[in-house]
Amino acid sequence: MTVLADRPEVFDDDAAHEHVHAPSGFLKWVTSTDHKVIGKNYTVTAVIFFLLAGAMAMLIRAQLANPDSTFLSQHTYNEMFTMHGSLMIYLFVGPVAFGGLANYIVPLQIGAPDMAFPRLNALSYWLYLGGGTLMMMGFFTTGSAADFGWVAYAPLSNSINTPGAGPDLWIVALVLTGFSAIFTGVNLVSTIYYLRAPGMTMFRMPIFTWNMLVTGILILIAFPVFTSALVLLWCDRHLGAHIFEVQGGGMPVLWQDLFWFFGHPEVYILALPFFGIVTDVIAVFSRKPIFGYRGMVFATISIAALSTSVWAHHMFTTGVVLLPFFSLMSYLIAVPTGIKFFNWIGTMWRGSVKFDTPMLFCIGFLGTFLVGGVTGILLASPPIDFATHDTYFVVAHFHSVVMALVMGAFAGFFYWYPKMTGRMLRESLGKATFWLMFIGTNVTFDPQYLLGLKGMPRRIAEYAASDGYTLLNRISSVGAAIIFVSVALFVVNLIVSWWVPVPAGDNPWDAATLEWATSSPPPHHNFLKLPPIRSRRPVWDKNHPNDRIIEHAKPKLGGMFATPGGAVLLEDVGLDGGPEAER
Amino acid sequence: MKLEAYVLLFVGVFFGCVGLAYWLLSSEDAGSIMLLGTFLLGCVPGGYYLWWSRRMKPRPEDNPDASLEDGAGAVGAFPGSSIWPFVLGGGATFVAAALVFGAWTLGVGLFLAVAALVGVIYESRRGGLV
Repeated sequence: MTVLADRPEVFDDDAAHEHVHAPSGFLKWVTSTDHKVIGKNYTVTAVIFFLLAGAMAMLIRAQLANPDSTFLSQHTYNEMFTMHGSLMIYLFVGPVAFGGLANYIVPLQIGAPDMAFPRLNALSYWLYLGGGTLMMMGFFTTGSAADFGWVAYAPLSNSINTPGAGPDLWIVALVLTGFSAIFTGVNLVSTIYYLRAPGMTMFRMPIFTWNMLVTGILILIAFPVFTSALVLLWCDRHLGAHIFEVQGGGMPVLWQDLFWFFGHPEVYILALPFFGIVTDVIAVFSRKPIFGYRGMVFATISIAALSTSVWAHHMFTTGVVLLPFFSLMSYLIAVPTGIKFFNWIGTMWRGSVKFDTPMLFCIGFLGTFLVGGVTGILLASPPIDFATHDTYFVVAHFHSVVMALVMGAFAGFFYWYPKMTGRMLRESLGKATFWLMFIGTNVTFDPQYLLGLKGMPRRIAEYAASDGYTLLNRISSVGAAIIFVSVALFVVNLIVSWWVPVPAGDNPWDAATLEWATSSPPPHHNFLKLPPIRSRRPVWDKNHPNDRIIEHAKPKLGGMFATPGGAVLLEDVGLDGGPEAER
Repeated sequence: MKLEAYVLLFVGVFFGCVGLAYWLLSSEDAGSIMLLGTFLLGCVPGGYYLWWSRRMKPRPEDNPDASLEDGAGAVGAFPGSSIWPFVLGGGATFVAAALVFGAWTLGVGLFLAVAALVGVIYESRRGGLV
């Protein structure tokens, strides 16, 4: 186990020659097809969009902190919530996961030298950057940026109700980022199918890689629908196509159908990568194998499949959807998600848990996502949805979900930052970031549930003092300020780690998956040597050659059995038990 | 390769069933057609992979007992660095901007896009194996 085999790879003269003369500096940034450079580009760009969208959120909360507020004009307020949502959803949470972290980490986790289509990968990034830039250019046009909400419902999004270049820029920007996402999806699936190292079977892949495979397939299902719908919307606005307008025989609700057929899987395109990060991080910081590995994989696949069958639960109040079907399918998602929660807790159970920053963010993720998930189950019930639709209850629900994902992103970022840069982030600042973010999230969004139940509608720029919304809105705005401070501390952490570097070493967390077998940051084409891949934890096998092997027994009653060491395993209940011994 | 095929075939079978149930229950066109499209998206590549998996040589990445030597040789051809994705991305952005600002950016965009396509095709003839 301790013997490292040489990676049997071939460098021919041309490739070596090109590597030696690879450009540096700005030219490297522009010409690189290395997944690590592209992944970093994606991450940095997405974080910039995150900061911009966060600044817009602060303006929104400043506006709502007082009744009858005139801090922003109504038009500016509409722009702010539209662009806040658009930047966060389309340009941050998704791209930072599948373009940033996954781009960087997935080839490393499966022992691949690069993504399957490196130039297509680079094109994805440039389309994303071009699209993001176009969307932001809306602020510099005369009619200003898009202001029809991030969902662009017809007929509000037609050329009469929202004229001008800003909305058009929003549409073409999302066509570009749509293609970018589709190309990344193709790249992820191809890479995972074709570039795994010898011995890295599908059921030995880290859960993050599994989740990125499923995310890639979801991208291929969802994004083409949205991208085509945007082209149709553009045709409506400029060519008089009347597809989403009643005049001329069109159907406004068709936009909602097309949008949410993308929009709901998109939620899981955002969520699944962070589920993967959380799974891997919890296992590392509990110093245990992932509990119920195959259960996790099947839960991921089930969540993805169901998520594409529930799109119209966003449209209950339109009155034209099949309520029982969509309600039932929405409820069903709770089952695989519950399995995931069970397995996350099972992974921690009787582990020697270390509360480093990535682990804290994972635990914060569990709590926050649970709140978002449970209120999601409430909203899957049509009567409750009828009462709370378009109120702050829904806003609070999806912000609980998305802030959980942001915590997952921070977990991944703190966890892999040493691998990406060779430097550590400061633990003290990281922990302060976590606690402020966790407290801020709850202070911001918990009052919004109450506001929703009191009847405060979404997307209003003003409310009267007599409405009784003032106190809860003020608390919510204070919470937003706390989140702002936590993100500022994160930026300070980045600056400190850059100025006063603390070297990370190859494997600072004593992690088990393959990305930790190479140097930090990894060399060109990733691995000089690969360890033998004999289990799901090849690096653990290499670093802990005398660790005891726990054989998988055939599951007995309930699947629970005690190992001689006293650790109770429920690993792969009812699903495993084959001859393959995992550590 | 079989498992990879089954993952995609599952997508096809699941959405085939869901699509059929949805069509029978709702008779709604848009959703049914999207589910039909998803059914095809799973079945077509999944079926191809399954067909191919029975004809291809066993791969070391599918073998739990494979050693690294079993994967000896070139993994594939990877380009070192390339300016053309940047040029093509820029071209596509200018073409997209033309849909908003009018035809004056279209010429720039198309020029960049065509230049990138020509460039990337020529570039494919060099580069090495890794």
